[in-house]
Amino acid sequence: MEHWLAQVAPFLSHNTIFTPATLAAYWGGMVTTVQLVFISLVIGIVLAIPLAIGRASHRVWISGPIWFYTYVFRGTPLLIQLYIAYYGFAFIPGVQQSWFAFFINNALYPALLSFVLNTGAYTTEIFYGAIRATPRGELEAARAYGMSSFTAYRRIVLPSALRRALPAYGNEVIFMLHASAIASAVTITDMTGVAYNVYAEFYSPFPPFIFVACLYMALSFGIQGVFRLAEKRLLRHLKPA
Amino acid sequence: MIDFHGYGWRLLGGALLTAELAVLSLVLALMIGLVVASIKLSRSSVLRGFALLYTTIIRGVPDLVMMMLLFYGGQIGVNMVVDQFNSWLGTNVFINVNAFMAGVITLAVIYGAYMSETFRGAFLAVDAGQMEAARAYGMSGWLAFRRVRFPLMMRHALPGINNNWMVLLKSTALVSIIGLSDMVHIADQATKATHQPFLFMVPVGLGYLAITSVSELAVRWLRQRYDAGFHTAKRGA
Amino acid sequence: MKKLLTVSMLAASVVAGAGVATTASAAGDNVRIATNVPYEPMEYTKPDGTLTGFDIDLGDALCKQAGLHCSWVQQDWNGIIPGLMARKYDAIMSSMTINDKRKKAVLFSNPYIVVPSAFFVPTDSPLHKIDTATLKGKKIGVQRGTVQDDYVTDKYGDDAVIKRYQNADDVAVDMSAGRLDAAFFDQITGQSTLINPHPKKYRQAGPDLTGPKKYFGDGFGIAFRKNEQDLAAKFNKALKTLKDNGTYAKIYKKYFHKAPPAKDDS
Repeated sequence: MEHWLAQVAPFLSHNTIFTPATLAAYWGGMVTTVQLVFISLVIGIVLAIPLAIGRASHRVWISGPIWFYTYVFRGTPLLIQLYIAYYGFAFIPGVQQSWFAFFINNALYPALLSFVLNTGAYTTEIFYGAIRATPRGELEAARAYGMSSFTAYRRIVLPSALRRALPAYGNEVIFMLHASAIASAVTITDMTGVAYNVYAEFYSPFPPFIFVACLYMALSFGIQGVFRLAEKRLLRHLKPA
Repeated sequence: MIDFHGYGWRLLGGALLTAELAVLSLVLALMIGLVVASIKLSRSSVLRGFALLYTTIIRGVPDLVMMMLLFYGGQIGVNMVVDQFNSWLGTNVFINVNAFMAGVITLAVIYGAYMSETFRGAFLAVDAGQMEAARAYGMSGWLAFRRVRFPLMMRHALPGINNNWMVLLKSTALVSIIGLSDMVHIADQATKATHQPFLFMVPVGLGYLAITSVSELAVRWLRQRYDAGFHTAKRGA
Repeated sequence: MKKLLTVSMLAASVVAGAGVATTASAAGDNVRIATNVPYEPMEYTKPDGTLTGFDIDLGDALCKQAGLHCSWVQQDWNGIIPGLMARKYDAIMSSMTINDKRKKAVLFSNPYIVVPSAFFVPTDSPLHKIDTATLKGKKIGVQRGTVQDDYVTDKYGDDAVIKRYQNADDVAVDMSAGRLDAAFFDQITGQSTLINPHPKKYRQAGPDLTGPKKYFGDGFGIAFRKNEQDLAAKFNKALKTLKDNGTYAKIYKKYFHKAPPAKDDS
């Protein structure tokens, strides 16, 4: 990174806004954004698969609470969820002395918590929709082979459902990338946060905000490309011949 | 406790602002969506190119960044245009871009792009024979659009519009970050003043849930209306 | 469809109307002054929402003296200089320190008050002396885009973690939640925002800082667009009069409970 900056530095010397220092800050912001989104998505998936199976259950005491969770988290703005996670635990008396203090003291943890629960809710619904769309015959065939419902889920339902969920999940990934911009509202210096700092320093809105807009666009198109490739490989069997 | 430490009325005012913001931007977004969808279906490849560029950019950039760009940069952009006219006409006009307007326009520009995709798909889903039949009845282009194409299209567009509306409604919360006094902004201020986040954030969250639930019902009613004449086994499935 | 069209027309006209209705000339006798709240005791709102503070009282007095018709506009701090340049208002009176960086963008009046900056910490904090060694790894809260932000970023940015906030209240909230090790404010603002409400909880760490000039400049000034020399001159003249006739001292006493410093070279 440093080496690369040294190369670019002469080109930037005549320009006040895109200095090596601000470019390094943008790079740092991008790393933060990507980390935040990636970790949220991974934990979100781990959470969503069992929840989606539970949501498809016939037992109301299993599917009901899961429905309620996705209803609440999809029906309210992520910003509110973020504020509740960020401020909610901060004013509990004595929390600073408890083991929980690590969670309060680093803004990344409350942000991660709210992002994970939010993307978890959307992903649960996406997977649930895909599970429900499994052709009945596939399940019946699996049962006829004597598979337990666990085996049938593992071998038959989930592999095909998760593939079918791929396009919708691709949208969710991009949605999460864009939604992560609000992390800047709780002092996290993500890409948007850096643009905000640069704006406050140089009094000029266009260069920083257009620049991060381009960065977000590049990331979005990268993600879209990856998902398109994955769809091509994994969904080949669904294409009309 | 009941009066929310004196913030009760301001919270209600904030809720009203949220509702105004959401409804105004929805209406504008629907207009933009219809226009852009027709452009996308038009024969001019130049216009189609612009429409594609517009939707591509919007889908690649976070709402919040777009909002900051238009909110902080909007005044400068408007000034540049107005000053150009001022120097031509020798006038001294100044148009102030206030926060509410910037919020409405930003949301409309963003969700107009998504709406245009919804409308485009819905127009394409309308059976071409229906329009041919309308023309055969001697309806003018506008009349055929109004009586046949639009209602048929709406049947296909409603689920998409509903989806976009839900996302738009939740996006209104972002205007609190750029300083508009919507209900999230006031709850945020109150939280900081009283150190009681749950007292303010939870009711605001419930407010959003209430609005989404009510509009869910409204959409169900609308769907029944536009589904008239399509009472197949669909409902039961 | 017709209904939809009517509603959309209505919406469009509301939005357009909101804009054009507020046409205004940039100067004349009407002066719109921007300020950023809360920043006690310089500018803040009372519970009922009205503006008050040293800047507000002094600004009103200056306008009266200069025969100008002034109105106040609340503006977030990050957008306050761009907003001036974009002519959303004609002046900024908001505890803005006069320094070289800002002078490149705006024109300042003569300084109307000189205020030092200071670090504030929880009473039981180990921080007493402030330097790169003691601040290593510590989290410092500042208001984004202030002179305090520039100073700690340049001086301690490599050692400490700088957390930037929208306004002084946000910093105070995270101080009380224990998320910050120190806050860096204008001394009087730290005093009124942190210490006065919770005298047992917070204390000042280290001395009042007034230099280096690169950051802390020459005190607070009223900012104007660069081409508004006439307007700046009117305010400078009014400021001189108010200082001579005792009005300035009266306002100063109201907010700082003491007489203004005698030596004043403005």
